[in-house]
This record gives sequence, structure tokens and C-alpha cells, in this order.
Amino acid sequence: MRTIIPAAVLTVSALLAADVTVIRNGTIHTVTKGTFKGSIVILDGKIADVGEKVMTPAGARIVDAAGKHIIPGIIDAHTHIALDSINESSVSVSSMVDVTEMLNPESISIYQALAGGVTVCNSMHGSANSIGGRNVVFKLRWGADARGLVFDKAMPSIKMALGENPKRQGSPQGLQIPGLASPQNLRYPGTRMGVEDVIRGAFTRARAYQREWKDYETRKARGEKLLPPRRDLELEPLVEVLEGKRLIHAHCYRADEILMLIRVFDDFNIRGVTFEHALEGYKVAREIAARGHAASTFSDWWSYKVEAYDAIPYNAAIMHRNGVLVSLNSDDAGGAELMRRLNTEAAKVIKYGGLSEDEALAMITINPAKQLRIDRWVGSIETGKDADLVIYDKHPLSIYSKVEKVFIDGRQYFDRDEDMSRRPKIESEKEGLRKKVLEQQKQAAPQNRRPS
Amino acid sequence: MKTARFTCLAALAVTVFAAENNSFLLRNATVHPVSGAAIENASVLVVDGRIAGVGPKIAPKGKIKVIEGRGLHVYPGMIDSGSPIGLAEIASVRETVDAGEIGDFNPQLRALIAVNPSSEHIPVVRANGITSVLVTPGSTGGGRGAAAGSLIAGQASLVHLDGWTWEEMEIRRAAAMQLAWPVIRMPRGRGAGIEALLPGLAARRATFAEARRSQQQQVQKIQDFFDAARRYQTAKAAGESIQPDLRYEAMIPVLEGKLPLMITAVREREIREALAFAARERLKIVLAGVRRPGKTLEEIAKRNIPVVLGTTFVTPLEEDDPYDEPFTLPAHLHKAGVKFAFASFGVQFARNLPYQAAQAVPFGLPYDEALKSVTLNPAQIWGIDAEYGSIEKGKFADLIVTDGDPLEIRTQVKMMFIKGVPVDLESRHTRLYKRYSARP
Repeated sequence: MRTIIPAAVLTVSALLAADVTVIRNGTIHTVTKGTFKGSIVILDGKIADVGEKVMTPAGARIVDAAGKHIIPGIIDAHTHIALDSINESSVSVSSMVDVTEMLNPESISIYQALAGGVTVCNSMHGSANSIGGRNVVFKLRWGADARGLVFDKAMPSIKMALGENPKRQGSPQGLQIPGLASPQNLRYPGTRMGVEDVIRGAFTRARAYQREWKDYETRKARGEKLLPPRRDLELEPLVEVLEGKRLIHAHCYRADEILMLIRVFDDFNIRGVTFEHALEGYKVAREIAARGHAASTFSDWWSYKVEAYDAIPYNAAIMHRNGVLVSLNSDDAGGAELMRRLNTEAAKVIKYGGLSEDEALAMITINPAKQLRIDRWVGSIETGKDADLVIYDKHPLSIYSKVEKVFIDGRQYFDRDEDMSRRPKIESEKEGLRKKVLEQQKQAAPQNRRPS
Repeated sequence: MKTARFTCLAALAVTVFAAENNSFLLRNATVHPVSGAAIENASVLVVDGRIAGVGPKIAPKGKIKVIEGRGLHVYPGMIDSGSPIGLAEIASVRETVDAGEIGDFNPQLRALIAVNPSSEHIPVVRANGITSVLVTPGSTGGGRGAAAGSLIAGQASLVHLDGWTWEEMEIRRAAAMQLAWPVIRMPRGRGAGIEALLPGLAARRATFAEARRSQQQQVQKIQDFFDAARRYQTAKAAGESIQPDLRYEAMIPVLEGKLPLMITAVREREIREALAFAARERLKIVLAGVRRPGKTLEEIAKRNIPVVLGTTFVTPLEEDDPYDEPFTLPAHLHKAGVKFAFASFGVQFARNLPYQAAQAVPFGLPYDEALKSVTLNPAQIWGIDAEYGSIEKGKFADLIVTDGDPLEIRTQVKMMFIKGVPVDLESRHTRLYKRYSARP
């Protein structure tokens, strides 16, 4: 369980790199290996040791966490934050687009989420089409550029969507832009039957495309001289799905459509999919679990649309009890609102369904990590994992707690005290800029009078 | 035949039971009256729906029903100071939404008469300890109402979250008149809005001066409407023969300063205008949805104007605001001496009202104030504190019995009483939970 790193190694490293931090005497919620009072040694961005007693290397930076609570960094498996655009909705299959290109490292939502204890998030393409674009998993390394944010160890993934959202552009009432709601502007599909067809059709084409390339490779290996097949950027990501190299996050609500998609996946041998939202997942929890699929849901959303009318806050608990790997997500777009309080969202699975504290915390840490296939590096406080840690002043499942410090890869990216002490300076800078703008407007006013 | 006779018997049984169903002694619990300090090992005696006694030494009178409260806590039922509950079922389906009428001035509209007592939201919300709601006729930020544009949306009604009909739910038919102060609307943020997609509209993006002028025209409309209502009031008082007008009739209690005008005003500029307007017109007002009071805070406090705060579960108003701006606002108001209550201003998350208040506690709001902001403060603001809002002798027994602090998420509400009558805590959610937990 606990790897004992020889003190000598630590000391030498400490002297060489001086990159050792020890978080001391806090209540550590490891999520996977119990909760206890102890300390965490961080060496070069990784958790080098965690336990009731650890050796503190010389020269280590000490963070006193007496009376505080430490949890692994929160992972939000479903957001749309920090993206300059979310939906490529002109086509029913948009697998050729990738939101990674849209990542905006200056989006304040990154900092807001960080201040709420989130260290990793999956920012996704929207749900406007049956098969959407490719997603990006990134660490909330506030200050880094777009490339520096991306968590490149995460498995690539693609968005899919069922139900009302992908149907919307196939229905005259659904079109949002007045004047454009004419039949020739409708986009197939407009029913749940059509959604199934689009998905089945796309994977059928992907399979044929895959075979085409295999044939080509076989014949080429035999020494035949022939032209390669024409590359298809729409189908390539779907071939990756068929080959188990790309994950699926499928937006869905109703039990019938979840079951439909499970059966389509059965036909194409696709396993380990995460059903997103899955608000009626509790009705088909057994079927989801039987194929090793997972679900990422909301704690207590309901009634905002017809397909959310049977949503219940007990959804996560029922799915979990049926063996489904469950995470809780925010689905935040514009700002990090729900994202920054996923800790108290997790508390709701204790209230609604009576899960344990560890089960609740797992739904915002290790479970989403597993869903994103990054659990080897993040999602729990264990030796060898990335030092993505959050220090709370009180129990993190309490509404009265607040985040004090957040570490990503061992580096402190948020500190409430520092944030507070920066405020007067920011405020005076803001005031100065405001005055400057007003003065400029006054000076510029006469020249602005143009003949009309 | 058999069924009919059975129904008759059942109905009779209920009537007989109901007569005594609003009297009981709840004992050995920790009582949190809100108006005073918590009392341990105490009892609450309820007779005919009213609190007849609170304290450690109360003996049951005669054959009264005794409820054991060992290990449990008693609080007054919570009050949501603004939600279209009962008027809106599924936010995205127009047919199920009755909040937000068409037209600028609808003071004659009464929220109460359109409250659907069978809304699935009612049992869901009350299960979390909320016994009463100010049902607002306008679409103040919650859900997608029909018209977000009404200036005067109508009369907000205070209701109990229980009753076979809206008449049975009624606490105050007219508790406030809802007015949305006009805002200067400018296209905000980066990226393309819908107007940019349509070439004709893109060129029509308003300048600030244009937006400001349009806002001032709206303000003038309000002034004109009040002036007209005032003339109607004067003519009527003078006994002149006038055509009755339901809109102006409905304005009379507002003009007389009897019915509070609940003005939604978010930022300093709108708040300042609303305050000046209310002073000029000598109105009794409540400010709602306040987010950025700025320098008006002092005046709000000085004039004892109560404030209804919306949810704390929002992101900061501006990108460069401190990240905790929505969480610290309640504490700022408290420090300035402003009395405030919380509103969910929505339906979907109305059950999270207690957490909205609690979210401000780690950011400086004293716990007792958070609790008051969902109990005694709203009762005082809406003028029902003689009968609701705290556990005191003589008040109605709107009570919740919990296994802990009702503002904390993990706490379970075990029992609820409205006017002393036990209320069912089952809902669509618990029914579906049981049904699908038992799937064979």
C-alpha cells in the first residue's frame, strides 16, 4: 500500500531540485485508501508519500494543514468551459471537428473552477448533433497557454448526443433563428428513430472504411502496387472508437434511448462508454452496468425539459448500487458555476440515497478519473500519483467549507489568502483604468461629432 | 356500490381525524425558535394549528397526540421569497408555463389564481423544509417565461405548499406588486450573438447612448403609468364618475403605501433610480435581485428598505470581480444593517433555498442571520410575522422536524407541519425512487 521511499533519496532530491512540499497534519481523504489524520510528501509534482507518519525531507516547504481537510483534486467529466465555440451544428455527424483548437486559456472560468477545488476537466463539444466533435481533457493550470493546459495522458474522446437536442434542428419549432425555420433548413434527424439511424449509419460507414484500409494494407504488404483509399476525416475518429482508441461520451436522458444506444454499441462491440446526464439511467441501471458502461450525471436537476421530467436526485445512488461507475458533473459552459461547488453536489448523494462519504467523494474524483481513463495519474491520494490536491478549511462535503489551497502537479495554483491580498491592488488598477477611459471619452467627444 | 360506500366511510373518517389533526405535543427535541436561542430537551405544544407553548416543561393536556422528538430538531418552516412555483412546470414547454404575461403593465394579475396545486414541484420543494413561497407572476430570472419584458408583472401571492385548491394554499392573496426596473441592455461578452448571424440585425447593434435612451423611455413609461393611476385614485376619492379600470384599481394599495412594490434592480444605477422613484412617489418598496448595490447600500439601510436576494449559486457579475463575489454579498448587506431574505427565483432549484443561504456563511454571514433570511426575515418583509416565521406562542405551527441543521445538505427533514397539520413528504421523486429501487 504505502511505498516507503528511503529518506536518503528524498534528501538528495530535495537538495538537488528543492522541489519538496509536505502538507502536514491534515485530515486526508484519500478516497481509495481511507481517511486519516496524516501528511503528504510531494516530490517533483508527484505524491511521494502519504500516511499518518511520513519523513519530512530537509529543505521541504511545509504547509500546515492542522484542522484542515485534504482531498484529491476534483475532476469534472463534463463541462464546456474555456471553449470559444462549442457546437458545430450544421451537420448530424461532426466528428471531423475538435474543441481542443477552441481552448481559451484566459477564460476566467478556469480560475473560478480552480478556486472551487477542480483540477482536471473534460471540456466537450456540445449536444447539437447525434455524433459531435472531439473533446479535450485539461488540467486547470491557470496561467499556462492552451497547449500547457492539455492533459495529454488522457485518452481521446468524442461526444455523442441523443434525444431532444440533436432532434431540435429537425423540427420546425426547434429552430432558434426566426425566419430560418423553413422545411428546407431542417436537418435530419427529427426523431429518436432518426438519431439511432444516424449513429448506426455512421458506424457502419466507419466499419467499411476501416476494412478498406485493412485490405489496402494487406495487399500492399503482399507487394501489390495500388493507390491508398481516400482519407475520410469524419470516419477516422469513429474507426478509432471501433479500435478502442477513442472514448465515447454520449449525452442522453431517457431510458429508452440509453437502451437503444447500448444495443447499437453491442452490434459494433463498443464497450466502456460514458452516458452523460443519463437522468433516467436509474431505470436501466442494470443494462448500463451489464456492458461495463458508465454514467456521469447531475445531482438534482430536473423538469427543465420534458425528457428531464422523470429525473430524480436518487439517480446516482440507484445506478451506483447496480454497479454502474457514476460521476457527478457540472455541464458548465460560460462560467464555472456548478463546477466550483461539486463538493457539495457530491453531498447530495448522501442525502438522496444514503451513500457513504467515500462513495460521494469518489463521484467527483476517482470515478470521473476512471471514466476519462486518467485514474493511473489522478483521482485519489496515493503514492505515485500526480500531486493534485485541495485543502479545505472544513469537511469538504459540508456547505460551510471553503477551498483554501489547490495544488496541481505539486504546484500551488490557488491560495485564498493570496487571492484576498491581491484584491486591493486589482481594485485600484481597475479604478485607474476606469478614470482613464472616462478622461479619454471627454477629450475625444468633440471630434466624434460627424456630419450625419 | 361497495366502492362508493367505502369512499363515504373514508371521507367521514378523514373529517373526524382532521378536526384533531392539528393538535399535538412534540417533546424531547431541540427547539430552534429563530426569534431566540435554541432550547434543548424542549417541547412544542400545538393546539388547533397554533403554537400554545414552547419550553422544557410542558405537560400534555388531556388526550393530545404525543410525538417523540428525541435526537431531533424543530425549526420554523422556511419561506422562499420569490418563485413561480405552481405557475411553471417544465421550463422549456411554453404550454406548462404561466409566469410572465404579455404587456408592460399588468398590476391587476394575481399569481394565486393560476397556482396549480397538483404541480409536481410542490411536494418536491416542501420535502426540503420549505413551507411557504411568495409566488411571483413575472419571470424574474427563473426558467424561460413567456415575456421577460413586463414592467409591472402583477401581484405576488404568499402560499403554503399544501392544499387541495389554491384557496386552501393562500396565506396572502396580494403580498407584493412586482416591478422590474428597466436596465440598459447592451450586447455583452465575446463571440457571436444571434443578431450577428442575421446580417440585417448586426448593423443594428445599439450604441450605449441608444440603449440608455431606450431605458429612459421605459422609466418614463413607469412614471406615466403611476401618474395615470394617481389621477384615477384622486378622481375616485373625489367621487367623480369614472370608468372602472382594473389595472388602476390594483394600483391603489401600492399608491397608498399599503402594498409593497417589489422592485427588481440588480446594479447601482437601477437601484439608485428605483430608490429615487420610490421616495418621490412615497411608496413602500422591497428591492429584489440586488447584486451590485455600490454606494446605494447606505441609503437602503438608512431607509430600512428590505432586500430579496436571488441565488448565491451564480458566477460573479463581471469577469474581473473577485471569484467569491456572489458568496460575500449577503455578508456585506448584513454588515450594512440591511434586512434581507432569499428567493430561489426559479422552480427547478427552489428546494435548494436553504443551501443558497448557507453558502454565504463561510464567506462572512453569521449563521443565525442565514437561518433568519429564510424564516423570520421573509415573514417580517411580507408582513406575516405576527403569525409565521418563528416558533413563538400564538403563531401558526408551520414547523419542520429534522435530524440536524436544515441549512446543511446532508440533513434530512423528518416531519413537516403546516398550521399544525402533518404534511406528506413523499414526492414524484421518492415515488420513482421506490419504484425503480424495487425493479425485479
